[in-house]
Amino acid sequence: MAAPSVVVVGAGQGGTETAAALRGRGFSGRITLVGAEDALPYQRPPLSKGYLTGGTPADELPLRPRSFFAAQDIELVTGTPVTAIDPDGMRISLAQGGGRRVSLRYDHLVLATGARPRVLPVPGASLAGVHTLGDQRDALALRAELRPGAHLLVVGGGFVGLELASTARLLGLEVTVVEAAARVMGRSASAALAEHLTAGHRAHGARVLTRREVVALRGDDTGRVRVAELDGGERVPADVVVMGVGVLPRTGLAADAGLPVGDGVLVDRTLRAGDPAVHAIGDCARFPSPHAGRPLRLESVQNASDQARCVAADICGAPEPYTAVPWFWTEQCGLRVQIAGSTAGHDRTVVSGDVAGGRFSVFCFAGERLVGVESVNRPADHMITRRLLAEGGAALPSAAEVSHPDFDLRKHRRARQPQ
Amino acid sequence: MPKITYRSPDGTDTVVDVASPGTVMRGAKLNNVVGIEAQCGGSAQCGTCHVYVDEANTLPLPPMHEVEDDVLYGTASPRRETSRLSCQLPVTDAMDGLVVHLPEAQS
Ligand SMILES: Cc1cc2nc3c(=O)[nH]c(=O)nc-3n(C[C@H](O)[C@H](O)[C@H](O)COP(=O)(O)OP(=O)(O)OC[C@H]3O[C@@H](n4cnc5c(N)ncnc54)[C@H](O)[C@@H]3O)c2cc1C
Ligand code: FES
Repeated sequence: MAAPSVVVVGAGQGGTETAAALRGRGFSGRITLVGAEDALPYQRPPLSKGYLTGGTPADELPLRPRSFFAAQDIELVTGTPVTAIDPDGMRISLAQGGGRRVSLRYDHLVLATGARPRVLPVPGASLAGVHTLGDQRDALALRAELRPGAHLLVVGGGFVGLELASTARLLGLEVTVVEAAARVMGRSASAALAEHLTAGHRAHGARVLTRREVVALRGDDTGRVRVAELDGGERVPADVVVMGVGVLPRTGLAADAGLPVGDGVLVDRTLRAGDPAVHAIGDCARFPSPHAGRPLRLESVQNASDQARCVAADICGAPEPYTAVPWFWTEQCGLRVQIAGSTAGHDRTVVSGDVAGGRFSVFCFAGERLVGVESVNRPADHMITRRLLAEGGAALPSAAEVSHPDFDLRKHRRARQPQ
Repeated sequence: MPKITYRSPDGTDTVVDVASPGTVMRGAKLNNVVGIEAQCGGSAQCGTCHVYVDEANTLPLPPMHEVEDDVLYGTASPRRETSRLSCQLPVTDAMDGLVVHLPEAQS
């Protein structure tokens, strides 16, 4: 029998790691990695950070060098969107052109199509100077506009918007962040962390407005954005606007093929998408999370790459349910912020460490149970939390323990270490 | 180019010519060395590029800074005296012949 063939749709973080992990496990069948973008598969986190300042040179963006794909016998097809999936015939269709192949057969299909930035439907959203930041092309276009002295308006106080605000301040722009919710990073951060970040951005010279909405963008007679109008009538100067208002998972291919979707491709515990030959991972997938106790869709490098390894194991005949502890990092205003666990459902927080000195952790509890920790410049707390959450149960500190002024997570772990 | 040896827990060696400038982590990623995940791409955030420098090593390695030390508190495999983050080990010609041992697990 011929060795099975794997087609991976989407050559981003998750897709590339899937192909690499398959070969790493000794998979000998054919692997085709198909990406819509022209570039070598690359890392996205620097796009809102060092790539805009030049601190991360372009040649550090690729996840792997070109030679890697040849050496690993991974067929990399770039600049070619997949246009349809036929789950019954086990084939995908590729965008046509230049005499290229138009369809490909698979034994296993992995969907790693990621997510695209949302655009706020306000008047003026299509003016020149209005951007979103989802891929390298976006970052290049934006980089050309981030000139010292210009006014940047960031719509949305999520992590991409805030990272960008911080980067733009470093580049000497005047920055305003407008967030509709009561606080920044509303979906993912505790009140304590949000407050600290807001103060950090203000100290860094950015204006941060919460509970305010952009209702329209107005341009000059060249069609370029100049001003943003907020609810209540305030007008904010805006030579460049970035919409950081979240993303939409790319589920079109799966939906058209009749696979289950609903804010993400719906997958089971081994990340199969309602068809034993199809998996979905990363930003485009909604999976049952044992940590959150409900289905989740996560936008993080950790999630995409751990899910890639989980799928590679399944394809190689060693299925394991996906149970990785979620974690995430962001860098803003010189703060290293790391979040471990699934903090969304917390109802109580205990802050431990030196808040004024900018080195602390926010321990998030749901009832008596520790569900996650947000750390600011406290990498040891973050790392230990990831381990404790993975070990689970008895090893986790209680709110009372964390509240003690001498609490130290390193000592706690040493005392509880399973031997 | 300096040669770095990655020894897996079962004793298999992968010997890689690592271009300088580069890091011990990038050398592993370049060659798909199983056992280095490096999720954060080298920004000392993830701890999934953990290695044990060979006990007998006498080659010059850069000192450990505080963040690296902190991150090493929570690696998936136990921290030892010889633990380092491979993304924090830049490769120089003077490191030719370095041997690092890969931990059992990274995440
Ligand atoms: C600016 C920015 C900063 C970030 N910073 C961080 C951070 O600090 N920490 C963190 O953990 N995460 C961060 N993230 C999130 C992280 O990058 C994503 O969660 C991760 O890349 C998701 O991986 P993925 O494989 O699901 O999708 P992606 O890496 O987005 O890859 C999806 C790929 O699929 C391709 N594709 C889509 N449709 C098709 C099709 N039909 N055919 C072929 N190809 C297709 C796309 O072109 C894309 O290249 C950041 C993201 C952005 C945009
Ligand atoms: S690559 Fe993440 S800590 Fe080294």
